[in-house]
Amino acid sequence: MRAAALSIREEAAERFRELGYPTTRLEEWKYTNVAPIAKTVWVPASVWVPASAGTTPAEAGAYTYGPRAVAELIFVNGHIVNKREFRVPGLRVIPISEASEADLEPYYGRLADWQHHAFVALNMAESRDGALLIADGAVEGFVHLLFLGQSDGVWSHPHNLIVAGRASQLTVVETYAGTGRYFTNAVTEVFAGDGAVVEHYKVERESLEAFHVGTVQIRQERSSSVISRNVSFGGLLVRNDVNAVLDGPGANLSLDGLFVLGGSQHVDNHTFIDHVSPQAESHELYKGILDDNARGIFDGRVIVRPNAQKTVSRQENRNLLLSETAIVDSKPTLEIHNDDVKCNHGSTIGQLDEETMFYLRSRCLGEEEAKNLLVYAFASEVVDRMNIEPVREQIRRELFQRMPGRLPEPGKESR
Amino acid sequence: MPLLEIRNLHAGIDGKEILKGLDLSLDAGEVHAIMGPNGSGKSTLANVLAGRPHYEVTSGTVLYEGKDLLALPPEERARQGVFLAMQYPVEIPGVNNTYFLKAALNALRKHRGEEELDAVEFLQMAREKMKVVDFDESFMNRGVNEGFSGGEKKRNEIFQMAILDPKLAILDETDSGLDIDALRIVAHGVNTLRSEKHAVLVITHYQRLLRYLVPDVVHVLAAGRIVKSGGKELAVELEQKGYEWVEQEVAGAAR
Repeated sequence: MRAAALSIREEAAERFRELGYPTTRLEEWKYTNVAPIAKTVWVPASVWVPASAGTTPAEAGAYTYGPRAVAELIFVNGHIVNKREFRVPGLRVIPISEASEADLEPYYGRLADWQHHAFVALNMAESRDGALLIADGAVEGFVHLLFLGQSDGVWSHPHNLIVAGRASQLTVVETYAGTGRYFTNAVTEVFAGDGAVVEHYKVERESLEAFHVGTVQIRQERSSSVISRNVSFGGLLVRNDVNAVLDGPGANLSLDGLFVLGGSQHVDNHTFIDHVSPQAESHELYKGILDDNARGIFDGRVIVRPNAQKTVSRQENRNLLLSETAIVDSKPTLEIHNDDVKCNHGSTIGQLDEETMFYLRSRCLGEEEAKNLLVYAFASEVVDRMNIEPVREQIRRELFQRMPGRLPEPGKESR
Repeated sequence: MPLLEIRNLHAGIDGKEILKGLDLSLDAGEVHAIMGPNGSGKSTLANVLAGRPHYEVTSGTVLYEGKDLLALPPEERARQGVFLAMQYPVEIPGVNNTYFLKAALNALRKHRGEEELDAVEFLQMAREKMKVVDFDESFMNRGVNEGFSGGEKKRNEIFQMAILDPKLAILDETDSGLDIDALRIVAHGVNTLRSEKHAVLVITHYQRLLRYLVPDVVHVLAAGRIVKSGGKELAVELEQKGYEWVEQEVAGAAR
């Protein structure tokens, strides 16, 4: 780590000591009790062999995209173990641990609010590595960042910087996965310059014993376009924060989310969209599918500031409960501070439609197959619009694997 | 043995008895029409036969190929060859029509111990059946009934019927809300299915579908029972004289 990151680390550590872990007395944390994280004495993993050795754990194979990604960085317990990259014009891919001070200084910790958010402060205090991605042109294809947690009692704090310069184009996929009872606390800062186009995927497939807290902090300049896709499949206790500041006229933001939970999983999604500048648009759709005793939360806040005239904002959260004991809390909020806007928001919580189930069963499909077909259809609204085919297909496969009944994967003919 | 034999069927919904001792016997190769005024129990009969949830059978039996039909869950009835063309087909956004139909057909084929069809084989077969209902291939790539007009939904029902090739097809007011062209297409679809192995139960309020889909037997359903049965000319008589005529005749006979 370079000096810039190191000096901020001490301040952040100090700040975390002051803030402490959040409690459910805080409005932002009222649905999520992080005591299981706070009570555990976590240790960082011992340092791995350097990336140049190219030691990729066998487990990574299930998650890598190989040559389909233009660059792929693999981290285990927070340390980089492998970096593979095709030379792509307009793109620099640098592990944070190898980045220069000049590269880090303008970005590291500039967006994420470590002064007020304990887990962000903790990340900044403890982070060992992550990826710095700098695009200054249109980058074809996508960059994959894979974070594996591998040991009980180990925590890791990946910190990523996605810097999309003026009129650049960049797609980044982050995958979080692993085995055991570990804790991942990730922060990704996304800088979208004038006219930049950024598509960011965060696919959380952590172990079902693991803890995951992640913040994606986005800042958009004039006429930039950002799509954030946040998918949660795994983890025992998960908190996702996606925050975006639309700080340039004509900025366009899409926040898509999908959480598919079972067992006693708990996933808390918080989003915050801050319309600072005029003529910007935000479109948000989060969908939850909850089975067994799972608990899901959607807390989405949109603020339209006095200067943000002609804002267009749509926010929607829809949830499908598959059991009597699954719980979802949906709390969309909209604060508008000027009167020249087009905003709406809504949320629904429902069960599988009985009429539709009967229709499918009357066409020879068994109850389980019918259910799976409808669950898949519910998710497909979010999945179908993922632009990166290998990611879309992997998420489809994951969805199918989670469905107990026999249902063939849709082939090309269904597209 | 009749394909379908209903004896003294009492059934209803929400604790209200609607069918009050219905008897009906249908042989393979026959087309029967059930006509009756609103509220006579026509749709209840269709729903009970297909196994729609919430309908309760309080007494009576329904034998299909000599077996107790009512004991089977809806998918099992469908796999044994019972098909209900619904009065109000649901829209299922996000479920592609092709995918849905292929899954349905393969569930059926698997039940019969036949090889499942792959995508290419299925599409070949579906294209043939599309001609029967004058369906454009673009319908196949849409969500099930998503954004379909009333007539398109009904044609999709007949298309599904053609794909699944049921032994007993029950058409629940498939003619309602159809213009004359759609009506002809639907009738053509059903006529294509007619053979000595297939039976059709046409439930309708009006006689007009029966001009194109000529029944062997016409039954009049009133107040939950079959009150009169006759040949195809009965449908014409009903159209001319109205249902009051039968109701009065039945009331007169009861006196």
